[in-house]
Amino acid sequence: MNDYRGIFADGLWNNNVVFAQMLALCPLMAVTSTATNGLGMGLATTAVLLASNVVVASLRHWIAPEVRIPVYVLLIASLVTLADMAINAWLHELYKVLGLFIPLIVVNCCVLGRAESFASRQPVSAAAADGLAMGLGLTLALVMIGACREILGSATLFSHASLLLGPAFTFLEITLIEDYRGFLLMLLPPGGFLVLGFLLAGKRVIERVAEKREVKEEFHCSVQ
Amino acid sequence: MRVISHWLKPEIRHGAGYPILLLGGVALLVSAAIGIADRTTRADIARRQLEDLQATLQQVVPAEYYDNDPVRDTVTVQEGHRSVQVYRARRKGRVQAVSFRTTAPGYGSSEMVMIVGVDRDGKLLGVRVISHAETPGLGDKIETSKSDWILGFAGRSLSDPPPAGWGVKKDGGVFDQFTGATITPRAVVKAVKGGLELFAHHRAVLLDESSGGNDR
Repeated sequence: MNDYRGIFADGLWNNNVVFAQMLALCPLMAVTSTATNGLGMGLATTAVLLASNVVVASLRHWIAPEVRIPVYVLLIASLVTLADMAINAWLHELYKVLGLFIPLIVVNCCVLGRAESFASRQPVSAAAADGLAMGLGLTLALVMIGACREILGSATLFSHASLLLGPAFTFLEITLIEDYRGFLLMLLPPGGFLVLGFLLAGKRVIERVAEKREVKEEFHCSVQ
Repeated sequence: MRVISHWLKPEIRHGAGYPILLLGGVALLVSAAIGIADRTTRADIARRQLEDLQATLQQVVPAEYYDNDPVRDTVTVQEGHRSVQVYRARRKGRVQAVSFRTTAPGYGSSEMVMIVGVDRDGKLLGVRVISHAETPGLGDKIETSKSDWILGFAGRSLSDPPPAGWGVKKDGGVFDQFTGATITPRAVVKAVKGGLELFAHHRAVLLDESSGGNDR
């Protein structure tokens, strides 16, 4: 069980796709102008990551090392195509919000990265957990960056969430300041990089504080 | 079963042809999966796209103008070197209004796509931008969610304002430009005027009721 805890700690914090591995920056800049878009893109990527990790892990004994990369690319590309078709046909409202970005999941290198570095050498269950954890970590990052950009850029939070999640989630849509003039920079890609930079710095600070605390505690123990 | 267990033997994976077979096999399998998924989803996707189109047409042609299904009553006309599909709204068999897509090169990286509704007398019923890549905060006032600017076209025609007035105020016309963005509204005004001219050129064909839904 400890193993799974490690996998999720890696996915959500220690080895987070965005905040630690610095991958997936291309779809990140494109979609995170609102928190809702980030959430939708994160969940769609999570589904693809989970599926690709499971497929790669269950085929790992048969995939010849010489052709493993083309095989992974084929598998991932077709999974994304399937997701694109399914969302277009059965979740059309979501498709109208995310349509352009779903094919971008293919170029998200974290999917291929997890297939190569984790799923290809782990049992199916661990690979599934890794796909889920990495996907949720990515979703968390996308929602955080999207929320920062949305609040600063247009003073709303989770606008159009009901389009994505259904009318029951209208309560998520918050307008912080009526008649806000808008802060254009935050909505354009440079705003994404700025927010990402500040969040990365924040993560470093948190880690450093935690480290110091650990050292202090150790010191305490040795004195006593 | 024996075939499968034969293929599961580890020795077979060291053969020279194995990677080729593997890659080919995977390609075949995923192609089959995509083919099946395409067959399952095609009808649903087509229906959703039709619904989208109907919803868009409803924005520029009010419901009281028609009792038919404009999406299925179309005429294709040539305007310059491009062909335009025109959706006809009929009431009791008479064509009351038409709507069609028109595009304009904006300031963004891709063309703005608009839908224009015109009644049978050549008066604009409405204009909406379906997709665009204009600068957020500056050029995106062409969206109804950001500004009422585009609603100002309703009721206009080629004679109102007169031809010289079909431009933004900066160019001596009657339409407002946006602060910090002139190219976008200028392009929209030009495209809307182009749409009215298209209607005027093809008026006889478009209002010809007997040609009823030849594209049906």
